[in-house]
Amino acid sequence: MTTLSLGGGRTIPAKYVPVLVTACLFVAMFVAGGIRYEGFATGQIVLNVFIDNAFLLIVAVGMTFVILTGGIDLSVGSVVALSTMIAASLMTGPGWPPYVVVPLVLLVGSALGLVMGYLIHAFDIQPFIVTLAGMFLARGLCYTIGTESIPITDPTFTAFAQTRIDLIADMWISPSVIIAAVVVLVAAYVLHYTRLGRAVYATGGSEQSALLMGLPVGRTKVAVYTISGFCSALGGVVLSFYMLSGYGLHAVGMELDAIAAVVIGGTLLTGGTGFLLGTVLGVLVLGLIQTVLSFEGTLSSWWTKIVIGMLLFAFILLQRLFSARTRS
Amino acid sequence: MTDHILRMTGITKTFPGVKALQDVNLSVRRGEIHAICGENGAGKSTLMKVLSGVYPHGTYEGDIHFDGERCAFGGIRDSEHAGIVIIHQELALSPQLSIAENVFLGNERAKRGVIDWNRTNYEAGLLMKRVGLRENPTTVVSDIGVGKQQLVEIAKALSKEVKLLILDEPTAALNDDDSAHLLDLLRGLRDEGITCVIISHKLNEVTAIADSVTIIRDGRTIETLDMAADEVTEDRIISGMVGRALDNRFPPHEPKIGEEALRIEDWTVHSPSQPGRKVVDGASLTLRRGEIVGLAGLMGAGRTELAMSVFGRTYGINISGKIFKNGRPVEIRTVQDAIRHGLAYATEDRKRYGLNLIEDIKRNVSAAGLSGLSRRGWVNEHEEYAVAERFHKSMNIKAPSVSSVVGKLSGGNQQKVVLSKWILTEPDVLILDEPTRGIDVGAKYEIYTIINRLADEGKAVLVISSELPELLGLCDRVYALSEGRITGELPRGEATQERLMQLMTQATTTGQE
Repeated sequence: MTTLSLGGGRTIPAKYVPVLVTACLFVAMFVAGGIRYEGFATGQIVLNVFIDNAFLLIVAVGMTFVILTGGIDLSVGSVVALSTMIAASLMTGPGWPPYVVVPLVLLVGSALGLVMGYLIHAFDIQPFIVTLAGMFLARGLCYTIGTESIPITDPTFTAFAQTRIDLIADMWISPSVIIAAVVVLVAAYVLHYTRLGRAVYATGGSEQSALLMGLPVGRTKVAVYTISGFCSALGGVVLSFYMLSGYGLHAVGMELDAIAAVVIGGTLLTGGTGFLLGTVLGVLVLGLIQTVLSFEGTLSSWWTKIVIGMLLFAFILLQRLFSARTRS
Repeated sequence: MTDHILRMTGITKTFPGVKALQDVNLSVRRGEIHAICGENGAGKSTLMKVLSGVYPHGTYEGDIHFDGERCAFGGIRDSEHAGIVIIHQELALSPQLSIAENVFLGNERAKRGVIDWNRTNYEAGLLMKRVGLRENPTTVVSDIGVGKQQLVEIAKALSKEVKLLILDEPTAALNDDDSAHLLDLLRGLRDEGITCVIISHKLNEVTAIADSVTIIRDGRTIETLDMAADEVTEDRIISGMVGRALDNRFPPHEPKIGEEALRIEDWTVHSPSQPGRKVVDGASLTLRRGEIVGLAGLMGAGRTELAMSVFGRTYGINISGKIFKNGRPVEIRTVQDAIRHGLAYATEDRKRYGLNLIEDIKRNVSAAGLSGLSRRGWVNEHEEYAVAERFHKSMNIKAPSVSSVVGKLSGGNQQKVVLSKWILTEPDVLILDEPTRGIDVGAKYEIYTIINRLADEGKAVLVISSELPELLGLCDRVYALSEGRITGELPRGEATQERLMQLMTQATTTGQE
């Protein structure tokens, strides 16, 4: 299955197939929703998915880097929560201004990622274990700041939360969406056009051969966890725009949503292949499932989890078939 | 009539594009030690895999008669059930389990599914006594040396009531004492009536222990010799192993040899898995510009280990020795250092270490030379494409485009991608490890032509190969490596297969500490 034949003799390289499948799935869900529910098939529905999931998208971008190298980062949800907590406590308590707080939060997230990446590289420990420890650590740190939800009343943050950026034909987005879009574009550029990006793919494709090609495998690994830490912290900031509070129970289980989005987007968990566009589509699919269920009204939110579960099974099965055929 | 425990007749095994075995016959008498000799890649291991059912019945042609019955093994379980046990070169023990657990793995001493530990350890102790292993049965396997692990494998075989024991290169990783003990043990087993088939490169051991020897060359049986009746010497075996005519498989080449490019002095490398064992021992060699130098050695002689340890210390620990580049001493501690000093190493296992199989040609070609294709971390994709396209043409890589995935290419074309990758880094010294392994004859000729061209450009090339004719046909000078030591150096005029094989099998009795 190097190529997928289409009518008229045109072919699509195999590496784009999973992304295309996800894209088709998204379109199919959107069309089906449009037929079934009145007022569903509008552009704003898609934009709302972006608005409600901007933070997840940012976190999933960082996760994509990590998974492309063949690693995993379980700490992202906790780092998001920690970021909201640090931001809220510093602004509400001592009343620090946002332009000090936000860079500080980003620094803390990146530093956490850097330390985890360093441990993974220097001591050759499995990423699963190291980031699991990071997950407990960050979540625990939230509660040392406070066990209650801390509201954010800073005018800049509330302005961010309430601003609507109008687009054509009555459609609008929030500033968070712009932040997420910038993150996606920068990340796609880095992955595709820089040596770091090449090293990420090469490390995931075959770490041993990357080493023998003289690629800086160790530095790359440290870098991707740092990027993931940075994205988690930024995701936390965006989440606090959305929630206007810091709380130790924010973003519980978000690492799994992020992993699900990346995998649904067609990135192999073993690393080496995948695209950021796939991750964007993965987040969109997850968001649209929620939208469909809210339109349905009578179904409980647990159906979201059930559908996501079934989708994940389907995609992992697809990947398995895909990679098995590639090898033979 | 002699009592044959095993008769394999007319065995032919074909892999896509290659006939690995062609009409091979093997007869083993009951209660003897039967050696199988042949060059690397002659088909010895394939034959044993056919026998043990790794390649199940139906995937090969020919008949196997074992212990008087015609066999059609569907897998290793079947052959083990019949009493054939194979001990591979890479030991198949579970390192974190105890000796006793390993001995009865898959064959547990249990009562209604619950392991009977007393019986397990007691019976393991009995078997261990038979193989002369004085350890506690509860000792974890990773805590004992390779020599003792080998004994655990044999004890495990005995627990299965083995009739025919096959050992693939059993002493390759052992020191002299352990080897001697193992050979004594095999004699003891023979006296107990267990038939042994031993595959070995160490001809001194073969002549010392075997009752008869079958020689395989290029996937065919050449002859079976009775050691006692035929007065077989090591030289006799060597001439059987290499007695193949050299035909015109190499492009003509007139070398233009220049200054010294790389000199390695007193290079010693220790094994990372068995501390204390020297994999490369005091090796010195010199490569000159425009020269193609061969490195001959049997499996386990330390060829790849020597190359990889030189190439940025990618193998081994406690490495000592000096490297001189263009006459000046250099420190090469990482792959990046090696590339910076103009070294390139194309690995023998190109699928695992040489390529990123899931990526396309252009990204593989650019991988090692990215610094030349990028500025401040940004890759110039147009130039990358142009470079890949240039190699696509000049190396004659047969692929629809440079965006084709490397994993889909044939072995020869994959090797061209590997070579392109390294040529892009503009090296002065190329170390090519088994550059034509798994490549068909036509593509081999192309690879040889490329190697000659590189030498003509003034690069020094070191070719590591298991195929002696290849080294003789391609190289201006050949070093022989045996058990980690350089045992000789022959210029083109003097090198013959026989002389090289002698140097390669020369035992270095003082090699162990």
